[in-house]
Amino acid sequence: MTDPHWIEAALTAARPQAVGALLRYFRDLDTAEEAFQEACLRALKTWPKNGPPRDPAAWLIFVGRNTGIDAARRRAKQQPLPPEELVSDLEDAETSMAERLDGADYRDDILRLLFICCHPDLPAAQQIALALRIVSGLSVKQIAKAFLVGESAMEQRITRAKGRIQGADVPFETPGAIERSERLAAVAAMVYLIFNEGYSAGPSEAHARAPLCDEAIRLARLLLRLFQTEPEIMGLTALLLLQHARTAARFDENGQIVLLEDQDRSLWNRKMIDEGLALIDKAMRHRRVGPYLVQAAIAALHARAAKPEDTDWAEIDLLYATLERLQPSPVVTLNRAVAVSKVKGPAAALEMIEPLEERLSGYFHFHGLKGGLLMQLGRDEEARVAFDCAIARANTAAEAAHIRMHIDRLMKDATPRSGKRA
Amino acid sequence: MQYAILCYNSEDVVGSWTKEEDDKVMADLAVVQEKLAKAGKLGPVARLMPTTAATTLRKTRDEPFVIDGPFAETKEQFLGFYVVDCASLDEAVEVARELAVANPGTGSYEIRPISIFRPGPAPT
Repeated sequence: MTDPHWIEAALTAARPQAVGALLRYFRDLDTAEEAFQEACLRALKTWPKNGPPRDPAAWLIFVGRNTGIDAARRRAKQQPLPPEELVSDLEDAETSMAERLDGADYRDDILRLLFICCHPDLPAAQQIALALRIVSGLSVKQIAKAFLVGESAMEQRITRAKGRIQGADVPFETPGAIERSERLAAVAAMVYLIFNEGYSAGPSEAHARAPLCDEAIRLARLLLRLFQTEPEIMGLTALLLLQHARTAARFDENGQIVLLEDQDRSLWNRKMIDEGLALIDKAMRHRRVGPYLVQAAIAALHARAAKPEDTDWAEIDLLYATLERLQPSPVVTLNRAVAVSKVKGPAAALEMIEPLEERLSGYFHFHGLKGGLLMQLGRDEEARVAFDCAIARANTAAEAAHIRMHIDRLMKDATPRSGKRA
Repeated sequence: MQYAILCYNSEDVVGSWTKEEDDKVMADLAVVQEKLAKAGKLGPVARLMPTTAATTLRKTRDEPFVIDGPFAETKEQFLGFYVVDCASLDEAVEVARELAVANPGTGSYEIRPISIFRPGPAPT
């Protein structure tokens, strides 16, 4: 029982509920965080001796609340703290009391805690940093590492974000049904952002950023546990699991991108895929599809195909058509075009994406796909132009390298052909 | 006597393990399982997906209804089980104790004598 590892895990797990409850109580983020920190310090002292409390979150809320109040009193009257034993020996009483106080509210507490992080005044990067700091409890150092910035820059970013939400109205009333579902949607979008921040990293950064993906999945599961019957939250969790399952296969040993159809599928994480598929099965029973669920269903069709040629592209095309209806965007149409190229051929796909050119002219993937389709149609010169455009808009070195590979192939193909002509 | 050893733990805690931590726990538990298997005392072993993957069919007087999530919302969740063949309750408790040493920290093992056991063919 002296292994501090389980204490660490229990503190991390209890954090969203405990900080959420303390925030409701103190109505001030810094005070809530300090109170939680203080409670954790006491836990580290007393839990190894007494063993874990039956309900770690309730214990931390109770102790955090007391220390927070004590800190306020001390500031007012300079009174000494009560002896620690007094607090920790009352564990059973604490637990039942804290449960009575907080049991009913914990769902909204956690949702509120997540929700204040996605305040519309905060740019995405600040939302993510704040959520990772406050809800997940990652250290500033860990977050800075994941964002590839210096620790002091990240400290500033978080302080600035906190300053903004302190000034804003934090809604402490218990939300109504509509408001709750709006909060849930905002929070789900933020969880997806956190995931993408990790997932879109290039190979050199992927390792440093992978914790963002793990953290997003943890938050998605947390949301799903709070909102067990929401098909979109099942869809979100499934989507993240199915995408993250491919991580080990996405880059080769030279750091080059490996496209989905070239990936070694034995490297895909079976456990994550199975959980993702199970969640989609559950969600489908609701007969109410939303964008996350549709995207998860698309990812599932890739995951279910043992070989790339087994992929059910016709079904993927239909799902993208649904997604276009639910969430119209040129990027969705662009993705659909990939499925269309498999089902109806490159000409049909090219016809589909040509009207998008104006809106997607700055988008790497547009030019990459256009070049690929032109190449399949044997229009090599136009393909090269498109690939050049893609390289100019590449977000990572790996993306540029991947396109350069296509250009090299075109050049190689071009040489014997010109030879033939000669 | 056959016993089911039912594993309860906070899935928040288990879910916050890193892959390395999870792998280590699984490897440590495998050592205990290996020993039991060699002694011919180990039956089926299962680790369950998180309760978020669970669906519950609730029997009612009318048509049963299906709800998302586990049967009960509890502080610690039912996460897996072992079936072991032990001479006595003491021995079964000893097995659970070894599992607890391999996987220390929070959680509980419920040791429950089995009344009917049909292993069935292993699912493929």
